[in-house]
Amino acid sequence: MIKIEKRNEAPNSIYFLTPVLAIFLTLISGALIFFILGFKPLEALKFFFITPISDLYGLSELLIKATPLCLIAIGLSFCFKSNNWNIGAEGQLTFGGIVGGGVALLFYNHDGFYVLPSIILAGAIGGMVFAMIPAILKVYFNTNEILVSLMLVYVSKLLLDYLVVGPWSNPEGFNFPETRQFSESARLPILIEGLRIHAGIFIALISVFLAWIVLYKTYLGFQIKVSGLSLKTAKYAGYKGKTMILLVFMVSGACAGLAGVGEITGPIGQLHRMISPDYGFTAIIVAFLGRLNPIGIVFASLIVALTYLGAETAQIFLQVPKYTGQVFQGMILFFLLASDFLIFFKIKFLGFKKYEY
Amino acid sequence: MNIDINFIGILIGAIMASSVPLILAASGELITERSGVLNLGVEGMMIIGAISGFALMVITDNLFFAIIGSMLSGLLLSFIFGFLTQSLITNHVATGLALTIFGIGLSAMIGKDFVGIPGKEFPLLLVNLKERIPFFGPIFFGHSVIFYFAFLLPFVTNYFLKKTKIGLIVRAVGDSPISASNQGINVLLVRYCCILYGGAMCGLAGAYLSLIYTPQWIENMTAGRGWIALALVVFATWSPIKVLIGAIVFGGITILQLHMQAMGIRIPVQFLSALPYIMTIVVLVIISRDSRKIKLNTPTSLGQMFYKEK
Repeated sequence: MIKIEKRNEAPNSIYFLTPVLAIFLTLISGALIFFILGFKPLEALKFFFITPISDLYGLSELLIKATPLCLIAIGLSFCFKSNNWNIGAEGQLTFGGIVGGGVALLFYNHDGFYVLPSIILAGAIGGMVFAMIPAILKVYFNTNEILVSLMLVYVSKLLLDYLVVGPWSNPEGFNFPETRQFSESARLPILIEGLRIHAGIFIALISVFLAWIVLYKTYLGFQIKVSGLSLKTAKYAGYKGKTMILLVFMVSGACAGLAGVGEITGPIGQLHRMISPDYGFTAIIVAFLGRLNPIGIVFASLIVALTYLGAETAQIFLQVPKYTGQVFQGMILFFLLASDFLIFFKIKFLGFKKYEY
Repeated sequence: MNIDINFIGILIGAIMASSVPLILAASGELITERSGVLNLGVEGMMIIGAISGFALMVITDNLFFAIIGSMLSGLLLSFIFGFLTQSLITNHVATGLALTIFGIGLSAMIGKDFVGIPGKEFPLLLVNLKERIPFFGPIFFGHSVIFYFAFLLPFVTNYFLKKTKIGLIVRAVGDSPISASNQGINVLLVRYCCILYGGAMCGLAGAYLSLIYTPQWIENMTAGRGWIALALVVFATWSPIKVLIGAIVFGGITILQLHMQAMGIRIPVQFLSALPYIMTIVVLVIISRDSRKIKLNTPTSLGQMFYKEK
């Protein structure tokens, strides 16, 4: 028989073990889904999770995909820790990309050291400003931030579409929906000759470090955590709730904006319709899988980046649609949330006893 | 340019038709939310309903199977959500997001062999009246069964919530699960039922898209309608009749922007397409500003976890 009891305190190890359990369960269910759809499950999993990272090129691609995921998730962890549900990071990424891309086009054929830093700064500011919209509406008009931030994703994507088709399209581009290729001075430097891995990874690592310091070593980080745990306590302690909301949205918007410019000045090198394969949404899963902890997020971003790469490989070798990655991403989050049950509750196995009358 | 009265009738008919999936999904979600559960997986359940309905229609050639199948698939997906949030007490927002991401991925996997296959013709009712009666004909006749069901649904939902005992129980569970539980109501059972009902309605909404509205399967074909349905529930302040009005307004914006594009009005297409999303934000701001008004019908326990010590 099984008895379920509420825990007062969970052992620390369980916070790190449950994500591992979640990934394990995801792999099993993934194999099952592949089997149902008529693929050889083990072979499919191999194409999905091992083939993509079995050479240097694959590893570099993994880091390229993990970089934006990590950056966005770091920003989102500020929001989620304080119970602000910014789920429009995809829009903030896109808008950051638009603003950064605009600056890059402005400096087209410029060759100064100032070009790249100003693009990156512009991207961060763009993302930040875009994230301020749901934050300001939440603070002053009591509007639901989930819906507003999400609606803005569609708005920003349509704006990008308008720009690359219309005013910003490449004059020599035969009407393709894309801008000019940015000049060399506007691109993030490549780290290893022959691979695509770029300096954006340092931006991500610096943000991880800064986030860790702010969240765990400063009073501000403490305030963010307390307002997440109990808004009443935070108010009682006299924390400025409104400023806090604006601040966490600014941080997460700036991070998403940075991820956006990282993409366009890194692997892409121009603006076009699809500057992000939903990194902004997937980063929500990364943030949770990493337990909203900067170090955890680094590992989580690598794992989730693998689902992107795996989906691409499986698309080539097994002709499964590229959306297959999302099935795995959704399942990881399901299992992670489900295994949180083990944190809050204790399951006791009382053995099998015969009923005694 | 002389205005053709019949053309306006056709326009209104088209607006109503485009509001059908929003009415269905939002009415379903409304019941779920009234029981205190916030399911953000509407988009995921709709898209699964769309592919299931379409696939079953192609395979079995049977309308009944297609519709029931789409509802069942939405229901199954919502069961995952229900099990996680109710039995394993997970966070509603995160679980709902996972459901949407999972649903979009799974629908693409199931649908990979159905891309590019033309849909079957869906029988429409009273087509001869549509052509015979000017103006009113195209508005009221020549639609599908689901169309009429959708326009009846908000009234039924309203009656259910306000006048029936079960409706009262649903509202009680949403407003105060603890007192409801103390009254001997099985809170989990009520919430499970509401979640599953919401899932079935979202599945049906998806089927309307893939079987009738644009009879084919396209990856990600719900295109954010699930999220708009969620917004509709908030901006109808949890009242079924206002959901109906809101959905028609939205259908109106969608159809009007299509016609403005077709008429060659010199506004970039993308700005017109962004209109429904911007309108959502504007209306949300207008409605949320008055916090008393929005709190009147808001289920007090919306989105909160409920755990009863056994």
